[in-house]
Amino acid sequence: MFLILPAATVMVGAFKGAHGGYTFDNVTQIVQTANIRNAFWESIRISLVTAFLGGLLGLLIAYAAIRKGTPGWVRSAFGTFSGVAANFGGIPLAFAFIATLGTIGIVTQFINSVFGINIYEHGFAIWSRNGVELVYLYFQIPLMILVIAPAIDGLRAEWSEASSNLGASRFQYWRHIGMPVLLPSILGAVILLFGNSFAAYATAYSLTSGTGLPLVPILIGNDLAGNVFSNPHEGQALAFGMFFVLAVMMLFYIPMQRRASRWAK
Amino acid sequence: MRKPRIAPSAVVWLVLGAAYFLIPLVATLLFSLKNPQTGKCCSLSAYGEIMHDPQFWATIKVSFRLALETIAVGLLLFVPTIYWVHLKLPRLRPVVGFMALVPFVIPPIILVVGLLKFYKDTLHAPFWFLGKPDLFLVGAMVILAFPYIYFSLDAGFRAIDVHTLTEASRGLGASWPATLGRVILPNIRVAALSGAFLTLAIVLGEFTIASLSAFHTFPTYLQQINEDKAYPAAAATLMSFGITWAAMLSILLVGRRGGQRTVRVGIGR
Repeated sequence: MFLILPAATVMVGAFKGAHGGYTFDNVTQIVQTANIRNAFWESIRISLVTAFLGGLLGLLIAYAAIRKGTPGWVRSAFGTFSGVAANFGGIPLAFAFIATLGTIGIVTQFINSVFGINIYEHGFAIWSRNGVELVYLYFQIPLMILVIAPAIDGLRAEWSEASSNLGASRFQYWRHIGMPVLLPSILGAVILLFGNSFAAYATAYSLTSGTGLPLVPILIGNDLAGNVFSNPHEGQALAFGMFFVLAVMMLFYIPMQRRASRWAK
Repeated sequence: MRKPRIAPSAVVWLVLGAAYFLIPLVATLLFSLKNPQTGKCCSLSAYGEIMHDPQFWATIKVSFRLALETIAVGLLLFVPTIYWVHLKLPRLRPVVGFMALVPFVIPPIILVVGLLKFYKDTLHAPFWFLGKPDLFLVGAMVILAFPYIYFSLDAGFRAIDVHTLTEASRGLGASWPATLGRVILPNIRVAALSGAFLTLAIVLGEFTIASLSAFHTFPTYLQQINEDKAYPAAAATLMSFGITWAAMLSILLVGRRGGQRTVRVGIGR
């Protein structure tokens, strides 16, 4: 079939890469070399932070937009915008933030002229870890809204009414009904968000100009382009390492997805 | 019962969310309107500079051509395949669905390593293949677009009765190509269109593979001017946002008219 061929090429490529000539040396290199270990740690850390923050904020915003009382147009505005913003990213997104919070960005200069504070003298930089996290949230939050909205929609009004008729408080409702139903969807979505930012290359590359923050995708990019340490085998080993992390992620994601669909109509 | 009022905490979160989403867009707009010489507001010269840059037109043309080719190849490949799976091999549906998740585990940055390694070192592909964006890059883009095309089309096929339509058409003496082209295709038009617009947005934003295999597309041009011309870069960034907006809104409009919705997830970063 046509579908298998490209996918298989990729799989073969990934494995060929990892074992190309040197077999295990490249893979063990990941664990042994300090700067590679560091890059994986840095990547995983940023992904965890943006997945949790993005998940939490996305959940709160999605719930605020969907809950009873919010006008319908607000809801559809956020829904539409999320659909678009989750697909932003890459070079344009990075530049939008450079124009906003870069050294001569609009907001940076605004804060400087109004409050007299230069945020760059207080430890903020758009190419630092916090800067990258802030930018990643711009596509993480909309993705969370997009993924979690159907699950929130699935919370039926009858459940909330039934529980309050039986004398439960709002807290008890969330503790015993809302959260248990939503939890698999939330966890699944957070795992998806983790993978989403773990794999991001273009945004980080553009923000940090390919140096600065050592993230795994950026190291791979450097190896391929031969900028800093042109070591093709290292690049392949790194790609294999990333593949491994993402594959483990999928192993958690699929059962979550299955559980989450249990309450779907 | 009185009309429920909007909850105060909801207002707080919605306003915060809206501010976070809108501020970078507004800031980029203001930035692009600055005068490159004086740094003061407001001048359209950054837009003029972009418009007069032949590189801008050249790369945007390349990116659009690649997008159209990817859409054509993707639809030609996947419409018949998914049709066949729905019609004859429904047991394979979960398998294909699983394969559509594979590109999420193998993001562009890994894909490009695998592709370059495979075609350059293993197959020793000739330069006329590797050096042409239309061949090498479109191949990669089709893989990247596969999940989005697949999920759009799958939803479209699920919404129609493939069996009845096919039997009716075949029973009236139509050939297979006629059945596919004149009966099935018009019924999944909305799904195919939304897959196509999504692919357009993906290809126009794809940086990783294009840059690492040394092609010049619109995103690599954008990155290049980001580094040396700040104000025109803001103008080009806004145009790029505009294209993404247009593609995504077209999906929504097409989908609304067709009365169906498809779920999309993030891409191209």
